[in-house]
Amino acid sequence: MDFLNALVALSNFVIVPAVAYGSQLALGALGVTLIYGILRFSNFAHGDTMAFGTMGVILATWWLQGLGVSLGPLPTALLALPAGIAICAALVLATDRVVYRFYRAQRVKPVILVIVSMGVMFVYNGLTRFVIGPGDQSFGDGSRFVISALDFRAMTGLQEGLAIRTSQAITLVTAIVVVAILFWFLNRTRTGKSMRAYSDNEDLALLSGINPERVVLVTWLIVAALATVAGTLYGLDKSFKPFTYFQLLLPIFASAIVGGLGSPVGAIAGGFIIAFSEVTITYAWKKVLGHLLPESLEPDGLVQLLAVDYKFAVSFVILVVVLLIRPTGLFRGKAV
Amino acid sequence: MRKLLLASAASVIAGTAAAEDVPIGVILGFTGPIESLTPHMAQSAELAMEEMNESGNFLDGHTLVPVRADSTCIDSAAATAAAERLITDDGIVAIMGADCSGVTGAVLSNVAVPNGVPMVSPSATSPALSTAEDNGLFFRTAPSDARQGGVIADILMDRGIEEVAVTYTNNDYGKGLADSFQASYEEMGGEVTLSAPHEDGKADYSAEVGALASAGGEVLAVFGYSDQGGKGIIRSALDTGAFDRFVMGDGMYGDELLADLGQFMEGSFGAVPWSQGEGTEAFTALTEEAGVNGESSFTRESYDAAALIGMAMMAGGEATPEAVAANLMDVANAPGEEILPGELGRALEILAEGGEVDYVGASNVELIGPGEAAGTYREYDVTDGDYETVQFR
Repeated sequence: MDFLNALVALSNFVIVPAVAYGSQLALGALGVTLIYGILRFSNFAHGDTMAFGTMGVILATWWLQGLGVSLGPLPTALLALPAGIAICAALVLATDRVVYRFYRAQRVKPVILVIVSMGVMFVYNGLTRFVIGPGDQSFGDGSRFVISALDFRAMTGLQEGLAIRTSQAITLVTAIVVVAILFWFLNRTRTGKSMRAYSDNEDLALLSGINPERVVLVTWLIVAALATVAGTLYGLDKSFKPFTYFQLLLPIFASAIVGGLGSPVGAIAGGFIIAFSEVTITYAWKKVLGHLLPESLEPDGLVQLLAVDYKFAVSFVILVVVLLIRPTGLFRGKAV
Repeated sequence: MRKLLLASAASVIAGTAAAEDVPIGVILGFTGPIESLTPHMAQSAELAMEEMNESGNFLDGHTLVPVRADSTCIDSAAATAAAERLITDDGIVAIMGADCSGVTGAVLSNVAVPNGVPMVSPSATSPALSTAEDNGLFFRTAPSDARQGGVIADILMDRGIEEVAVTYTNNDYGKGLADSFQASYEEMGGEVTLSAPHEDGKADYSAEVGALASAGGEVLAVFGYSDQGGKGIIRSALDTGAFDRFVMGDGMYGDELLADLGQFMEGSFGAVPWSQGEGTEAFTALTEEAGVNGESSFTRESYDAAALIGMAMMAGGEATPEAVAANLMDVANAPGEEILPGELGRALEILAEGGEVDYVGASNVELIGPGEAAGTYREYDVTDGDYETVQFR
């Protein structure tokens, strides 16, 4: 019984939240890694692309809610996703046409594109705030929990509760579906293969007749879709606020680099590594150990490896160690 | 700027006290963590200046001109640069601001003190600012958190709660409040199981909530911001079932928080600097008429800060930094005729005739010690998803 309590407490405070957060980071990191692999620069505007896409979803959701459309227990935002993706895709394609294409034609160094993307980031930043404002927006509806802590306690009679939110379940399912589609696309379709070829060796790909503009177009479309989906899942799970999305950039980049920039599998692994390390290393084991150990051995202290103040330090230590030992990341991406 | 130069040039030539623009810096975090509060604060301050201008009684028809600058709330270097620019480029005479405690301290020591420009902050509440080296230039219409910490400890003790976990936003405000709370609470015999900081605007608070849940406590004390990490912590704590009752500091007071989470937070409580009575009502009426959101946090204090700056100039008879620094305490406190929001024109008239005023304003201004508000706190309960006043302390 006590072992069960310990397991439930651990799942509730560590495993479930970290899996949901990891999926959100993984989707974000996938977008970053695709741009790095194919367009060859670190896109600092990714966090704000997510915010912009999510904004599109929110506006569409409100419109649908106004019409009285609802998905029952699921959030209406899922129905609004295509609209958000379309709006986001229009924005990134317009940006590519106006900004990035100019620099691509000149074959500038990647570091210049990074600075350009920072400029784009500030423009997106302002654009999102201009349309929807800087405040918190809530757009989630449907039932909030698959199972709430109280219900779980009543159901099992355990002392500890386990809560699984609808948004967490949706996050995991959507992430799996999206990743499966993406891998199928990259590995099985002609366009996907041409993208990988372009990523591996640009000159060779051009010689073999691959249209670079088409590859770039498809990449941006995929990135817009990934960013919007990741942003919407995050917004449903926590809340939508433009400033938070801007801050998300850091863990997303950490995930992509740890996994290996340019490697899609790496981005997913990186997302989960960063999420789990943030949550587990600073977790206070007092509660779990209290259930596991006999009363005489119960810890008085918190049994915490590091205070939560160091949460972010943990991700960066992992980042530094990975870069020192394997500069290409865990899954052999490109060297940074 | 050009207008100002022309105007001042003209006045030199004419050799008389021609009507001039008097620029006042409004330094608030228009971007950054509290960007959703600052527009209302700035509008309230500007409302006070407009009121004084329109009365026509301000220093021979001089005009108070607000000049906005961004404090960012978190980036001291950016705030310092912004304040520096206002002084060198716009020639501001006084500063209404800054907002967050950290940037306020930075602007004070790096810009205000070296240039001799007085500051009146509507919202910096860190206890550290009470003892900052300010050459008599720093005032605030918000009370220090040293007092708030004691008030919250009192509330907990009165309710018989003797064990709490604490989380605070990791900045000067949060740390100051958490420390002063912990000191008072432990002195009264309470136990703080864990005092853990959280960063604002971050993606995920599972780690913090996990640690706090392990540490345990009857309630969770949250000293953060209602539209920032504080809300994230509460949401996460509720979702995981770690805590279901919270005691909240002033930064956590916000209607949006209750709109989103109020129904799950039944039985939570907290304290917020509050003002009641004629002044507050007059301010509400004034803001409604002007189309400004006067119910948002620190709008009353912002209005009062701007009003005090204008009246201090009037009392000193000149639009200079010295006049503001020398007279601000006099116009804020008794003796004199009590002045409510909307009566600034009359206050200016009294001062012009050499009389005295005791500014009550929107937040019952009473400046104590080194020029900071004494503050009244409203103890509230969260009942049926709404705030319910218990008493004033």
